[in-house]
Amino acid sequence: MGAALAEELFRLGLHDLHVSLGGKMVPFAGYEMAVQYPAGVMKEHLHTRAAAGLFDVSHMGQVILRPKTSYEALALAFEALMPVDVLGVTQGRQRYGLFTNETGGILDDLMFANRGDHIFVVVNAACKTADIAHMQRYLFEDAEVIPVLDRGLLALQGPQAEAALARLIPGVAAMRFMDVAVLPWQGADLWISRSGYTGEDGFEISIPNAHLHSFAQVLLDQPEVMPIGLGARDSLRLEAGLCLYGHDIDTTTSPVEAGLTWAIQKARRAGGARAGDFPGEARILQELAEGPERKRVGLRPEGRAPMREHTELFTPNATPLGQVTSGGFGPSVNAPIAMGYVAAAFASPGTALEGEVRGKRLPVTVATMPFHPTTYKR
Amino acid sequence: MKYTKDHEWLRVEGDVVVVGITEHAATALGDVVFIELPEVETVVAEGDEVCVIESVKAASDILAPLDGEITEVNTKLVDNPALVNEDPTGAAWFFKIRIDDLSVLDAMMDEDEYNDLIG
Repeated sequence: MGAALAEELFRLGLHDLHVSLGGKMVPFAGYEMAVQYPAGVMKEHLHTRAAAGLFDVSHMGQVILRPKTSYEALALAFEALMPVDVLGVTQGRQRYGLFTNETGGILDDLMFANRGDHIFVVVNAACKTADIAHMQRYLFEDAEVIPVLDRGLLALQGPQAEAALARLIPGVAAMRFMDVAVLPWQGADLWISRSGYTGEDGFEISIPNAHLHSFAQVLLDQPEVMPIGLGARDSLRLEAGLCLYGHDIDTTTSPVEAGLTWAIQKARRAGGARAGDFPGEARILQELAEGPERKRVGLRPEGRAPMREHTELFTPNATPLGQVTSGGFGPSVNAPIAMGYVAAAFASPGTALEGEVRGKRLPVTVATMPFHPTTYKR
Repeated sequence: MKYTKDHEWLRVEGDVVVVGITEHAATALGDVVFIELPEVETVVAEGDEVCVIESVKAASDILAPLDGEITEVNTKLVDNPALVNEDPTGAAWFFKIRIDDLSVLDAMMDEDEYNDLIG
């Protein structure tokens, strides 16, 4: 622990606000982040599902890709890094993407948006330096890769997020899931998307640093809104069945194994208009055709004992199958939940497996995800 | 009430010692969601892991504070782990342990000493 504390941690723009709200600050991806506030993980989680939660995700990487020749040339160059249809994303829309490597593993997952004359990308904090280098290396002929360093990023999530945000910025009410828009607030341009990582309806808002504190404060002043830390962010995304990079997906897991085939549009699959031509094409297209050897599955432990990350999974006759990659307690499910990788033959919902917790093999059942229904405004 | 450096409290009740975790420990753990208690009549040695306590954040153990025999466990905690956060020093006791010599408690921290520890 001494070594971890000795590492130099960056402080984000809202650090003092988090401290004044009673946030418990912990190291995360090189930043000092609030893991929870005095309400605690459980209440923060349930509040987000019932009203609206404010998350400071300013540690994430915001990047602009500005075309050097044409938007189309940029979109096609970006497609060469991902098994994703970039060209088909229309102006004002956002899509989930995945950088893959030559062996079909995942370098990072991300969001990108067509903003007319450029692409706006949001990547994971822990990967952002590598992602920016990756984009600069492969996109330099077609794009200027511009890290956005003068803006924070907030997420407002939950069934009352729209009501709270529309009071300040009426234009957000007309947005639907995965729309993006630039809307003004007190003289600042806010880059807003209707998206998030909790399974709830909500918004992600990029704000100039000069307005970040006042905007966060005004959001917190809304009666629906409560600050939410990383702890509840993790339990919310786990209940929603969403992957956490570095845990549920990494350079060894393919998008097909990870159950992210919905992120691989028809245009990039065999027979599609722009099939293949992305890193790891051989493995990914083969797994799409024949099925992967292992699959990411949802897991419902019987009883109350959580099965956490690295819990070993077995068949009932003790054959090792894989590991839990994320696991804990789902406050809205009111039960332990987990996800992990198992051999494809054992990946059907309802399959009875065992997980080893403190030396004991306990029953766990393969379950469909999300564990808690999503409520996106499509 | 006596205290251990592992943030347990001990209270003598007749010829047994009632054991729970302190409010400081309950707050640090966060919302408790699962508790595994020892079997009654288990003979334990000081430092043995006797209970498992899982919060929304992590799993921790409760160690036997003394050598002795578990005489009773609080099964209410199994059905309602949140009791640990609601009333850690009262209703949320974990187990009762019979020890040979109650005088060993005299050497343990009292409330002031424990408060100094958690400062």
